[in-house]
This record gives sequence, C-alpha cells and structure tokens, in this order.
Amino acid sequence: MEPILSVRNLSISFTQYTSKTRRHRLHVIDDLSLSIEAGQVVAVVGASGSGKSLLAHGILGILPYNAFLEGSIRYGGEALDQARAARLRGKEIVLVPQGVTYLDPLMKVGPQIRKGRRGKPLLDRCRAVLARYGLGPEVEDAYPFALSGGMARRVLISTAVIESPRLIIADEPTPGLDAQAAGRIMGHFRELADGGAGVLLITHDLELALTVADRVAVLYAGQTVEEAPACAFAAGRLLHPYTKALYQALPQNGFIPIPGTQPYPGEIAQGCLFAPRCDRCRAQCKEASIPYRAVSSGYVRCLTAEEEETA
Amino acid sequence: MKHRLQFAGKKLIRMLLLLLGVSLAAFLLMNASPLDPLETNIGQAALGSMSQEQIAGLQEYWGMDTPPVERYLGWLSDFVRGDMGTSLLYRQPVAQIIGQRLASSLWLMAFAWLFSGILGLILGVTAGATRGRWPDKLIRGYCLLISSTPAFWLAILLLMVFSVWLGILPIGLSVPIGMDAAGVTLADRLRHAVLPALTLSITGVANIALHTREKMADIMESDYLLFARARGESGRSILLRHGLRNVALPAITLQFASISEIIGGSVLVEQVFSYPGLGQAAVTAGLGSDLPLLLGITVVTAAMVFGGNLAADLLYGAVDPRIRRRAAKR
Repeated sequence: MEPILSVRNLSISFTQYTSKTRRHRLHVIDDLSLSIEAGQVVAVVGASGSGKSLLAHGILGILPYNAFLEGSIRYGGEALDQARAARLRGKEIVLVPQGVTYLDPLMKVGPQIRKGRRGKPLLDRCRAVLARYGLGPEVEDAYPFALSGGMARRVLISTAVIESPRLIIADEPTPGLDAQAAGRIMGHFRELADGGAGVLLITHDLELALTVADRVAVLYAGQTVEEAPACAFAAGRLLHPYTKALYQALPQNGFIPIPGTQPYPGEIAQGCLFAPRCDRCRAQCKEASIPYRAVSSGYVRCLTAEEEETA
Repeated sequence: MKHRLQFAGKKLIRMLLLLLGVSLAAFLLMNASPLDPLETNIGQAALGSMSQEQIAGLQEYWGMDTPPVERYLGWLSDFVRGDMGTSLLYRQPVAQIIGQRLASSLWLMAFAWLFSGILGLILGVTAGATRGRWPDKLIRGYCLLISSTPAFWLAILLLMVFSVWLGILPIGLSVPIGMDAAGVTLADRLRHAVLPALTLSITGVANIALHTREKMADIMESDYLLFARARGESGRSILLRHGLRNVALPAITLQFASISEIIGGSVLVEQVFSYPGLGQAAVTAGLGSDLPLLLGITVVTAAMVFGGNLAADLLYGAVDPRIRRRAAKR
C-alpha cells in the first residue's frame, strides 16, 4: 500500500553568515526518513534540539526563508513541493500545535476554528466538532486566554478536525498536561487514525507515544536512527543503542541514564553521530556516515545492529 | 458600573494633582527666569526715560513686588473659581486668547495627528511585515533620517522649497496679509495651514512608524501567525485578520501618546511659520513674562495630553478582551 506520507533523506539547513561575506550552511536535519500509512499513528521521538518541529514545518512548507530543504517528501504518491504544500496545508494536511500561544489572543475561538468563514453548515459542523471533544457551544465565544490547558489542546485539535484531514501532524500536543489529560489527547489522535487519517505525532515523550503509536521513529541529532513497530519496545527487539538507551531511561524500565549529550547542529562529526556515547562502537563506525537501511521490522542506522539481533 | 465610577474618580483625582504639579512647576520656572519683565517688554531705552512712579506702576502691573507664594496662590484661587486671569501682554482675558489660539492650532494639530497616525501605522505595518527586505529598509531609512532631523530645520527647508522657490504656498501666518477678516475664506486658512501641518506630520510619522514596525515584527514572529500559515491562510488574510488586529492595541497607545509630541512640536513649528496658534502664544508668554497666559496655556495643554492618555486607557478596555474581562469581574 502506498504510504500517505513518505519522507526520504530529508535534510533541512539554514544559511548563516559567520562574517559579512562568509556564508555557512547549518544542517539541523540531516538524512531523515520515515513513512506513514493511512490509519497509522507514527510517532517521531527525539530529545529537544533533534529537529522535530522543523520536520513538521518542512512538510507544511512553512520553513523560514533562510531555510533550505533537500530530499524528497511525497504525499499521496506525488511529490509534495512548496506549491502543492501551500494548496494542501490547512485542508488535507493539518497541524495541531503545542499550545494556546498558537491561537490569536484577540480573536474568539469560534471564528478561529472556522478561519473566519461563515455559513450555517460550517457553524453546525463547528458545534459538532467541539461537542465531539466535550466542549460546549459557549467555547466559541471565549477568547483563548479564558481556556484551560486541556481545553486549548482540544480547541487546537478541533481546528484540525473541522477540515477533512488525511494527514495530521501533531507537534508536541501534550506538554503541561497531567498524565490523564495527556492520555485523553493521545486517545483523540488514535481515534483520528482509526478514522482513516495518517497521524504524525511529534513528541519527546516516548512513554506517552508508545501508548497510541503503531510505529516509532527515533531522531538523534537530526537523523532518524531507527524506525520500529511500537511493540518492539516492550519486547526488547530494539536494534539501535540510542533507542535502547532512550527506552531504558524511562523510570519503569530501569531509569538508566547514559553519559554525554546529543551533538549540536553544525558540530563536525565523521561517521556515527552516536559513536561517542555508544558502548558497541567499533573502528569502522567512525570512518564514514552510516547508511539507514531496512531490516526485518523497520529501519536502523547502525553497523552493529545484526550482532545485537543475533546475540 | 461601580468599577467604572471608581476608575473615573481615580483618574480625575490624578488629573487634578497632575495639573496642580504642572502649573506649580511652570510658575517656579518662570519665577526663576533671569528675564526682567520690564526690560524685555518695554526696553532699556524706554525705561531710562520713565519716572520712578511710572516704573513703580509698571512693576506692580507685572507683579514684581508681590511675593511669589502670594502670586501663585492668588492665581490658583482665581483659577479654581474659573477665572484664568487677564493676559498682561495682550490685555485680554486668558480664556479668550486660549480659545482663539486653540481654534487655529487645533486644525493644525488634528490634521498632523491623524495624518501621522494613519501614515505611521501603514508604514509601520508594511515595514514590520516585510522586515529585512527592501520595503522595510526603505521605510526604516526614511524614519531614521526624519527622526534625526530637528522639526524647526525641516520647517525652514519646506518654507524654502514651497514658499520661496516654488512660491505655491504662503510663507507664514494663518490668513493672507492685509486682508479683511471678513473676506478670509476657508481655502485661505487651509492654504496657510498646509506647511505647518505637513512639518508636524512628517516628524510625527517616523516615531509612530518605527514603534509600529517593532510591534508588527514581534507579531510576525509569533506562534499564532505561524499557525495561521500552517492552516493555509493567505498572506493577505494573515496580515488583515491577525496582524492588524494585534497591532491595534499598541497603535492606539502610540497614537494617543503622540498628542504630547504634536503639541510640543507645534510650539517650534508655529514659531517658524509665524502661525498664530497656541504654541506661538506659549513662546510669547514665556519670553514676555506673561504669567497668567503661560500658566493658562500650560494647564490647558497638560489637560489635553492627559485626556489623550485617558482616551487610550479607555479604548484599550474596549479593544482588548483580556482587559475587558478583568474589568467586568471586579
């Protein structure tokens, strides 16, 4: 089946001026690949600074003007270029952003959800969507500052659902919510996927992502290092040492930290970016960049993954 | 309702205190002035030929032998009773002079205020929305150039170009020279007001445009504008629906805060154009030690500035739902 979204070897860089005349390319995302099929929730998990939000902006075609995008993004089987993204965003491809600051503080919620469009059918639809998320019609007349954190997230989801989205990109939709409220928000995304849409869930919260995701792609320093089915985590069938470390760092899985930090964008590194923190690191890991290759359950960017699998 | 009354009451008390303070400061400054009213108004030569009795009479007229405290309190008690006194130079009631002068200044200031406000807003929003690109650079360059140009110098420049070289606009005053007051038409008045109003506007625009640009640039960087783009709103819709809406609040404050600058600017500009307005009267009163007139003008203009800021406060509540809600809760 043709995936609804497929991203191949995506790289996003920024042009920086180190002095008046010297230009410099700062790579923030470097070789990122993933794909989403209709009805799936794919979580993109990574620490802050790994380039998660830029991925969302890159797909939507709303990167800042000094950003430069390479690689291929295909949506529904066709290349998603800037013009096509501009046509589809807000209609078929929708973004659910982080929080209330993404709503215009001086505009009532109802007109914001409807993007200022009028008409009885749309009004009814707006009511229905709000009701679906447990929000009464009085919310339409509220200003964003009057919304609680959880209400704001549900309003933001409503802005997506009132369109007829085929691809929903949720960029950190839960920070600041308690576990129960966050779980409910996650449930809403699962529902949307079950309804036939593809959901790209961008988050730093692996634990929460695992509760709803079909597959998880792990980002490290702007690269996808592993894409694995969600069930592989609990089953211990993870292949990349970083994914494993991430999973084991969760309180219920041992709470084991690993030393070191993710390299900053622009830091010169040869070979595997995770090498300095890896306990399986070999000489050849530091020689050339590591290919992202298909394995039985997904993809991995590691030379020593097979040993791990057979061990 | 109770809240509204409380708000109005507080503001009223604040205004009275402000006016009292301003009038006192103006009085003290005038009192400390080294200018001798007799010498400045009558002249050294004329004074020399006067008898002692005449001089004593004049000194009494200018209030030179009355102790300062008594003078101020005398002015204040009259003022509180609604009597602004009589101008020493013009020998007319101060209220009447201010009324006449204000009538001719008001058009000038109102035009400059509206023009600089609207143009400043348009330029500021344009520059903010295109920050870093050429419209922004152009507008910013213009604003910085104008901000660093003294208003009176600009006035002289305009005079040279339009009145002296091109000869299409009058060189000064508010009506044609030598014309019967009854024969002065509105067109005459407008023609005479164009240059002073233009000077005031040009200098006022820069400030408003630069401040608006900053606010607009902040809005362009905001999360909600990014989200509007992500939702496929067009650039026009983003600018009109979100940009203007959010820049409105700071723009209102700027617009009303600029009243003080317009009044301040009018003092210089009216002087250059010999335009018989309030600003010119203030200069005349200050230099001629005309205490009642100066204090009267000071209090009236201070009240206008205060009124402007008050209007901004009230409009804020009407425009910003966050403030409106807070006010309603009390």
